[in-house]
Amino acid sequence: MSGTATPAGLDARAAAGAPVELADERLRDVLLGTWRGRISVGLLGFFIFIAIFGSLLAPDDPYASSLDVLAPPSWAHPLGTTEQGSDVLSQLLVGARVSIVVGFAAAAISALLGSIVGLTGGYLGGWPDRILDALENWFLVIPALPLMIVLARLLDPSLGVLILVIGLTSWAGTGRIVRAQVLTLRERAFVERAKALGAGDTYVIRTHILPNTLPLIFANTVLIVAVAILSEAALSFLGLGDPSRISWGTMLENAFDSGAPSAEAWWYVIPPGLCITLLVLSVSVIGFLFEEHINPRLRDDR
Amino acid sequence: MSGRWLAGKAAAAVVTLVFVIVFNFFLFRVMGDPTTQFTRIPNITPTELADLRSDYGLDKPLLTGQFVDYIGDTASFDLGTSQRSRRAVWTEIKDALPWTLLLVGVGTLLATLIGSWLGVIAATRRGRNSDNGLLGFSLFTYAAPEYWIGIILILVFAFWIPILPAGLQMTPGVEFSSWVSEVTDVAEHLILPATAMTLMLLGQYFLIMRSSMVDVLTEDFITVKRATGLPWDRVVSRHAVPNALLPLVTLSAIQFGAVVGGAITIETIFSWPGLGELTFQAINDKDFPVLQGVFLVFSAGVIFANLLADCLYFYLDPRVKAD
Repeated sequence: MSGTATPAGLDARAAAGAPVELADERLRDVLLGTWRGRISVGLLGFFIFIAIFGSLLAPDDPYASSLDVLAPPSWAHPLGTTEQGSDVLSQLLVGARVSIVVGFAAAAISALLGSIVGLTGGYLGGWPDRILDALENWFLVIPALPLMIVLARLLDPSLGVLILVIGLTSWAGTGRIVRAQVLTLRERAFVERAKALGAGDTYVIRTHILPNTLPLIFANTVLIVAVAILSEAALSFLGLGDPSRISWGTMLENAFDSGAPSAEAWWYVIPPGLCITLLVLSVSVIGFLFEEHINPRLRDDR
Repeated sequence: MSGRWLAGKAAAAVVTLVFVIVFNFFLFRVMGDPTTQFTRIPNITPTELADLRSDYGLDKPLLTGQFVDYIGDTASFDLGTSQRSRRAVWTEIKDALPWTLLLVGVGTLLATLIGSWLGVIAATRRGRNSDNGLLGFSLFTYAAPEYWIGIILILVFAFWIPILPAGLQMTPGVEFSSWVSEVTDVAEHLILPATAMTLMLLGQYFLIMRSSMVDVLTEDFITVKRATGLPWDRVVSRHAVPNALLPLVTLSAIQFGAVVGGAITIETIFSWPGLGELTFQAINDKDFPVLQGVFLVFSAGVIFANLLADCLYFYLDPRVKAD
């Protein structure tokens, strides 16, 4: 195992409180240094481009219906048509915006909430931890998707409501994982040592707890972006999306409801799900690259 | 493990459950006066409306009447009547629960075993082609919406190559000659939804197990074990894996929420008659008593799973001491 060569050095670094930084000039190397990174950044960039300019690029009016129903791919319709006879490619291009906007905005709300609550509770312990843990438990025990469904139905579905509902219901997982990590770290020798030497809470959190928790927070932010994009798609699939906008989840809903599986209309079923998957995938890989950079123990020595 | 710590955890779980019950009441009452449902009934007269209100106890004061009734009813498993089917909610839940447990149980078991097994393999072969391949596969299954996978499974295995049923839990209208043929029929119907469920959960177990193993394998004691000349397989199975299980335990508790979400979408597309499909119908019909009951059952399940995970966590990591 290549990684086993340096653990002593890393422990010493951690004990000395060596700051782990994400310097700007390294950021480019982290993201573009590997082919995985380049592909993921390229994919994400592509989807963001589509999200901005998709409606201009669409060859057809995505809402226009025709008699050419559930037609397989052709020159006129490169990805075939829907049950309404609309152009699948045009709907796909227009649908990117909802996923990108809702995914990132909701994840920002969620990651911030989860990190603050998990870190505070886990480190402080005692009654603040009990209250925050109870709060986390609240959002964990109430299953997220049904709660989102209920809230989305209660409030009139719109982009803003989707962002808020997803952000407020998906932070507890991060909080829990961060808290568990902080609880374990708190009992580790190097933290006890620092405390015994008279280190204050701020110092311990900044130099010992945070550097050892950041990889998890980053990994979980990835999970949240993924969860948020997937949640938006699921809500839209269940018919609770913004009714005035086409999204990939809505497309899947329409495809399933119109019997595309029995019609073997793969051109209608595969593209929206594949777009969701590739978007979530590219964001996830970028997150893992950050994680490897921040926690060198995860890095592949190649 | 100290018994007092365990008792404390159990008490906390009960308190959480009680608060879920309380929250459940106010969530659904705040969501709107249930009588708005009755006003949708065509040609309803004010007298009939008043009768309905008193039938449902909605004419009583919110806290001292309705809330007290609700707590008493819930404690005796009376979760009200479905507005759609007119059957007792508890009966509907009791009918649906075994199907969900079957689907979720099989899916979770397969995902945990396969996912963590692949995670160990990938971590010990970090950076090689097999690791990269497994990483790509797991990321793909994690990223893919489970209902999309399900729809593709239906398209491919129920219509394109018609070898498996597209939905339901057993062939309708068939008199089974023996319990063996009945079980076989259910198993056939279970394959596609359980596959969708497994693929949905697999990626997370794989990723967590892999990164946890990677962490453990860089620890000093692994180097020491290797230095003693212990075979590598044994170092992995006897020393690395047990120490890498901790995050997996945290994950399985958190996963339960995802499992519930997956149950809703997967059961919906496969018409699998479990709690998920019951939830979906209740949402569509705004059948609030059913939603309330299903919410309670799902929540109780998660609380119980968390309690189990806490016990395991304490057992596995002596560094976490109970306060």
